[in-house]
Amino acid sequence: MRKELGIFLLLVFLCIVTTLKNPLFMSRDNLHNMAQLVGMYGIFSIGMGIVIITGGIDLSVGSAFALLGVLLALMLGQWHWPQVGAAVFIIAMGFALGCLHGFLITKVGLQAFIVTLCGLLFYRGMARFITHDSTPPGLSSGDAFQGLRTLATGDIASIPYQFIILIIIAAIMWVVLHRSIYGRYLFAVGRNEEAARYSGINSRRIIASAYMLSGVLVGISAILLAFYTPSISPSSHGNFFELYAIAAAVLGGCSLRGGEGSIIGILIGTVLLQVLQNLVVLLGIPSELDFAVTGSVILIGVMADQLIKARSARKKPVLAT
Amino acid sequence: MATPLLQMQGISKRFPGVIALNNVSLEIYPGEIVALIGENGAGKSTLMKILGGVHQPDEGQILIDGQPLVIKSVNDSIGAGIGFIHQELNVLDNLDVASNVYLGREPLMGGPLKLVDSRKMHNEAQVYLDRLGLGISSRTPLDKISIAQQQMVEIARTLSQKARLLIMDEPTSSLTLTETQRLLEVTKELRSQGVSIIYISHRLGEVTEIADRVVALRDGNNAGGLAREEISHDRMVRLMVGRDLERFYAPPPQGGEKKPILEVENLHTRRYPNRSVSFDVRQGEILGMAGLVGAGRSEVAQAIFGVEPPLSGTVVLSGIPLNIHTPQIAIKHGIYLIPEDRRKSGLVLDMAIRENVTLPALSRYSKFGLIERAAESTGSTKICETLNVKTPSVEVNVGNLSGGNQQKVVLAKWLSLDPKVLIFDEPTRGIDVGAKAEIYKLMRSLAENGVAVIMISSDMEEVLGESDRIAVMHEGAITGILEREAASEEAIMELAVGGAKPANSLASE
Repeated sequence: MRKELGIFLLLVFLCIVTTLKNPLFMSRDNLHNMAQLVGMYGIFSIGMGIVIITGGIDLSVGSAFALLGVLLALMLGQWHWPQVGAAVFIIAMGFALGCLHGFLITKVGLQAFIVTLCGLLFYRGMARFITHDSTPPGLSSGDAFQGLRTLATGDIASIPYQFIILIIIAAIMWVVLHRSIYGRYLFAVGRNEEAARYSGINSRRIIASAYMLSGVLVGISAILLAFYTPSISPSSHGNFFELYAIAAAVLGGCSLRGGEGSIIGILIGTVLLQVLQNLVVLLGIPSELDFAVTGSVILIGVMADQLIKARSARKKPVLAT
Repeated sequence: MATPLLQMQGISKRFPGVIALNNVSLEIYPGEIVALIGENGAGKSTLMKILGGVHQPDEGQILIDGQPLVIKSVNDSIGAGIGFIHQELNVLDNLDVASNVYLGREPLMGGPLKLVDSRKMHNEAQVYLDRLGLGISSRTPLDKISIAQQQMVEIARTLSQKARLLIMDEPTSSLTLTETQRLLEVTKELRSQGVSIIYISHRLGEVTEIADRVVALRDGNNAGGLAREEISHDRMVRLMVGRDLERFYAPPPQGGEKKPILEVENLHTRRYPNRSVSFDVRQGEILGMAGLVGAGRSEVAQAIFGVEPPLSGTVVLSGIPLNIHTPQIAIKHGIYLIPEDRRKSGLVLDMAIRENVTLPALSRYSKFGLIERAAESTGSTKICETLNVKTPSVEVNVGNLSGGNQQKVVLAKWLSLDPKVLIFDEPTRGIDVGAKAEIYKLMRSLAENGVAVIMISSDMEEVLGESDRIAVMHEGAITGILEREAASEEAIMELAVGGAKPANSLASE
């Protein structure tokens, strides 16, 4: 927890400042709305964090949302698939995309950045092609698909389902990442793949599995997102979402060199990003500055983190003999 | 006699814990080839690094043309007319030949933009290429030419820097036989043009062919020299070795016949696909593997361990043939490797000692795939105490430990796993004397407990002091296996440089 303390304090500070300037920040509606967004963004940010921990990156997330989103809309709206079947298919598709990335990166030996950049372009293109670039009828209006809609946008005791799903996934992933053998392998491979291999770890399989896991989480978020957004425009649905995920993971202490990061950190990073978006609106900052504010706060956060790390490294004694 | 081009007088250099050079002197006259010989660690490279401006001597002085000169940096060295051809080539293979020759000194057009005068650069580079008889254009990209030609490009670079003294460090270690002959001819040609050459090589055949004089170093001291007519294979070997062994090795007990545990037959590694390696390791023995750097010993170890699976060959463990193509399989059968580069392959430096120790054996410290922190902690603490790892706790990052303690952590990874075969690759490199003795003792006690131990080492004393038998490798093949009684430094050196008559082995390649 100590590692995440800095970013947590930054979050608390921003919340206090925003509340003082505009008490609406703490209002029930605002918090509810933020919880929904945190829920959706948090799920795929955890996937991104795991990929980053192995020393990789996934740039294709946003385009995958577009492709999976239009597919879901078509399956439910035009092809009349059963809801469960459609949901399972979308998650399986996410998994399949993860498998493809893992295969290309570990077996073919391409760089993760390139593979997923191609994914970013390809999935977006496919989403636009299968819909002829027209927006399929949205999933958020009307009474159809009640089951999935409730799961994706409903509440329990006025806590949004998205948030509850995130908490469940985060809890599972916390155990997996911080308590299981597999999690230890993820960190070891991210820190020093060669040493991991010399210790008998099948490092390629571990790296590939991170993309598959991330793919499943992308599939789940794709469903939630498709029901949350009023319309799934093939050319803009999910744009930049991979960057939010990377930002959340990096803010939360994941190092792009690999081998570092935590679930708690990624969650705090996700919340921080949503608070920033929210604060731009509530404080009356021109919305054009939205990205600029987010960018500068991330920069400050990461710089502060670097400073703290450098200081604590200097204090640490190097053992003689 | 003429003034020497270079005089190094009474050079001493100490590093923490070691005296690398002790009052060493060296003189080079214009237009002569002097071979500098000595075992690994004899001080050859330290002496040359002083000449190259990488290290400063603690004592002694350097004279060029009889004038004292302080060489404080690489640039001082280049300015003094000294050129270096390193064993590892220093070229950028994404650039063309001329750009490599003039890297950092490109002729400019003049003017504020500092544009490179490409035509002038190519014309001038071509002059040096032609002088070396290298039949390639200065516009050839470096990745289109062979290693040997790249090396010539390096020589062209030093010539373009007006080098009068060329230091060649193991220049033929990655060349084929014909390329070697070509390089030797170029070297002689340079001599006739008045360039002096310090030629460092383990290959005594080459030395015999081209050296005007031999200077030998041993343990950081001048061990003597040989004039042209005195140069012979035997005399050089005698100069390089010959000293008393220290008594901190754990000698093997006298015992009866031991049965082989690990049998390796016709193993072909990727590095030396045309050489086959066969040997066995018997229960309870330490098999030393000697040879010069690059002889293919580590490749054999990596093939047996499965990190670089062999191209062909069989590995038989206790009579059962194994197909080891990944480290997981080797580990499952109790075959472990302590790799040569512990910081790169042996340890995850930013992880705690505890996490490193348990990494290959996590299933022992877990239930249902979940790690039991407490068991992990006690287990790793216990093994670290047994091995006397000096650390306040097992939560310390391995990167903060000293070399000796890091090596013990690598050992700790495997010792709790009931080893059958343990391969040590350069187990004591960069480790202080105290930790060395502990590692020797441990190796011996492992052997006595029935583990088959393979010890790859370039340290002659260590090989002789610690091994029951010694397999000597040369260029990917085992040139001989010596029993402890028959082993001597001379005998190992003979085999390490390619067998009894190195001239023949060169020819038969």
